[in-house]
Amino acid sequence: MPPIIDPNKCNGCAGRNETFCEEICPGDLMALDATTGKAFLRSARDCWDCMSCVKACPRNALETRIPYQLGYYKASLRPIVGRNTITWKCKDIYGKETTFKFANRIA
Amino acid sequence: MARMNTAHAVDFAPAGLESVETVEVTADLLIIGGGNAGCFVAVEAAKLQPGITTVILEKADIRRSGACSAGMDAINTYIPKGKTPEDLVRWSRAQVGGGPLREDLALSNAYELNECVDDLERWGLPILRDEEGNASYRGKWDISIHGEQLKPIMAEKALESGADVYNRVVATGLLMHDGHCAGAMGFGVRDGKFYVFRAKATVISTGGAGTLYKSYTADSTDSGAQIWMCPYCVGSGYAMGFRQGAELTSLEQRWVATRSKDFCGPIDTISVGYKSAIINAKGEHVMDRYKHLGGDAAPRYIRANAPMEEWLAGRGPCYCDTTRLSPEKAHDLLVDYLNERPSFVLFLASRGQDVTKEPIEIYGSDPYIVGGHTGSGFWVTMERMTTIPGLFAAGETAGGNPNKFVGGCAAEGKLAARGALAWMKTRSLAPLDAAQIAAEKARVYAPILRRGQDGIQPVAMKERLQRLMDEYAGGTSQYYRTNEERLDYALRHIKMLQSQFAYLTADSLHMLMEAHETMDRVDVAEAVVHHLKARKETRWAGWQTRMDYPERDDVHFDCFIESRRDPETGTITTFTRPYEQLISGDRQKA
Repeated sequence: MPPIIDPNKCNGCAGRNETFCEEICPGDLMALDATTGKAFLRSARDCWDCMSCVKACPRNALETRIPYQLGYYKASLRPIVGRNTITWKCKDIYGKETTFKFANRIA
Repeated sequence: MARMNTAHAVDFAPAGLESVETVEVTADLLIIGGGNAGCFVAVEAAKLQPGITTVILEKADIRRSGACSAGMDAINTYIPKGKTPEDLVRWSRAQVGGGPLREDLALSNAYELNECVDDLERWGLPILRDEEGNASYRGKWDISIHGEQLKPIMAEKALESGADVYNRVVATGLLMHDGHCAGAMGFGVRDGKFYVFRAKATVISTGGAGTLYKSYTADSTDSGAQIWMCPYCVGSGYAMGFRQGAELTSLEQRWVATRSKDFCGPIDTISVGYKSAIINAKGEHVMDRYKHLGGDAAPRYIRANAPMEEWLAGRGPCYCDTTRLSPEKAHDLLVDYLNERPSFVLFLASRGQDVTKEPIEIYGSDPYIVGGHTGSGFWVTMERMTTIPGLFAAGETAGGNPNKFVGGCAAEGKLAARGALAWMKTRSLAPLDAAQIAAEKARVYAPILRRGQDGIQPVAMKERLQRLMDEYAGGTSQYYRTNEERLDYALRHIKMLQSQFAYLTADSLHMLMEAHETMDRVDVAEAVVHHLKARKETRWAGWQTRMDYPERDDVHFDCFIESRRDPETGTITTFTRPYEQLISGDRQKA
C-alpha cells in the first residue's frame, strides 16, 4: 500500500500543473483525483518504495508503508530534506526511534 | 536549459487515429532514456560540440528516473592508486568466471572511469574520504558515497548542458531509413500526443530489464514490484533495437544477486564491505565451501548461488551475519541503505529488527537482464554503435562489458557521445517515411482504441509472462535451473502471448504505457530464452544453470552467444562470436 496519503495534509499542490509527487514518480503512479483535489496512487502493487514522492512532497502528506505481506504494523520512516543534508526519522514496530542525518550534497 | 512542461494526464479517449496529434521534433542527437548513462551522453556531447541540439526522451522525470532513482550508496568501481585499468579488466573478467567478455570495451571504459567519478564529485556528490583525503574503499574497487542525490545531480548537469528534455514521453519504436536509425517514435503518457523524433544519431540508454521474471514476493497483492532492479526499466531499449534487427549478445548471462530476503535490499557489497559473513541456518560460513573459488571474494554468480544451494541442501535459511558489527558500524550500514534503498531501513523497522542482535536474512533475487552488471545487451563497436548504423548504446543496454555499474555507465555515456558525434558529421536528417510513421502510430494506439472492449489487461499479460519465465526459464522458484524442454515450453507460450498482443486493452494513457511495456517484456523474454537454449552448458551456475548440461564446456562455448531477429518475419536466429583475450593473465584470477 505504499505510499499512503494524508488527506488532511495533501492539498493537491493547488495551483501547479501537476503535483510534486506526480511530477517525480519514476513509475507514473501518482496522480490527482479531480473530484477530491488530492493526490492518489494508481497501483500499490507497482510501487518500488523508492520514496522519491515522499522526499518531494512539501507538506509531508505522504508516508511509505511496507506492504503488510512483507512487514508488520506499524513502522515509519520520514525524510526531512534540508539544503545539503537529509535527516531520516525512523520508528520501529516497538516504538523505538532512531534519527540519521548526513550530507547528501557537497555544500 | 529546456525542460518541456508536463502536467496532469489528460482524459484521453480518441475516436480514432486521425484525432491524435502528431508532434515532430528534430535534433542533431537523440538520447532515449535520461538515466545515468543518458545524462553523461548529453553533458559530453555539449562539451565537445557547443551548440549541438540534443533531445532527451524520458518516460519518467530525469531527476528520479531509472536504476539510480532511489539513490546509491557506493561507486562499485574506482581505480585506486597503484592499480591500472588493465587490473580492473582482470577483476571484471574473474568476476564473470573468466568470461567471455569484451576486453576491448572493458578497457576503454576503465580508462575513462575515474574521471567520470571525479566529475560527479565536482558536481556535488559527497564521496567519503579518509583523513588523508583518499576515497574510502569498502572492498578492492568500491568506494562509499552519500548518493541520495546522485540522480538529481546528474539530471541538473544534463539540463544545464542545453538538452531539451521531454519527460513523460514513452519511446516505442525506432525510426529507420535505409537500414540505419534515423530517430525514434513514442507517445506522451500525459498529453497523449504521438511524437516523432528525428535525429542524425541516436543513443539508446533505457536501462536494463527487470520484471521479466516473477519476484517471489509478488503475492498478487501490494508487493508486485519489490525487486532490486528499478521495476520501471522493463527492457524497452532492447526490444526496440531487437525488433529492427539489432544484434544482442550474452542475454543468457542473467544478473542474479544475493539480496535481503522479502525486501530486495543490497547485500553482497555489505557482506564484503562490512565483513559480515554469509552463514547458513547452522551458523556455518557458507563461502568456506567455495574456498577453491575465492571464498568470500568468489565471483558474483557463485556468491549469488551459494545461499540458494544451502536452501536446497536443507541448510537454509541463510543470513548476512551483522551481529558482530559495533553499534557505530551498524549505524553506518543503515546510512548506506538510506542512501541507496531507504525503504529497506523501514522494512527492518517493520520487522522490529536490530541488525546487531539479529542477522539480515538473505536469498537470491529474481533474474535481471542488465548490461551494466553482466554482459547482456547490444553487440557494439568500440564507438558503441550497435549493428544498426546510427544507433548507439550506453550503460545497461550495451553488452559484452559487465561490471560497469554507476561509474562505468557514466564512462560509456561519454564514449557513446563521442561515437555519435563522429557518426553525425557526415549525416543529415533522413527524409520522413509517412508509411512507417502511420504504421507505428496505429500500433501504439491500438490498445486504447479498443478501450471498453473485452480483451486482455496489460497487467494480466505481464504476470502471465513473469510466471512463465519463473517456472520454465530458470526463475527463483526453480533455483535458476532450466532445461531444453522447459525452454521450448516457454517459447511456445511466448509465441502465444505475441499472437495475443492484438487483444490488449487500455483505458488510460498510463495503461497504454503498461501495454507497451508488457509487449516489450515479451519480446525481450523471447530473446532471453533463445540465448538460454543456445548455451548448452552451465558456465555461471545461478546466472545460467542448465540441468541437462551441468558442466562447463570450453570446447564449444568459450564464446559469445548472439541473437538477431529478422525485422520482416520476426524469426530469431542464434549464433556465436569468438572471445578474444587481450589482457594477459589467468582469466579466473584477478
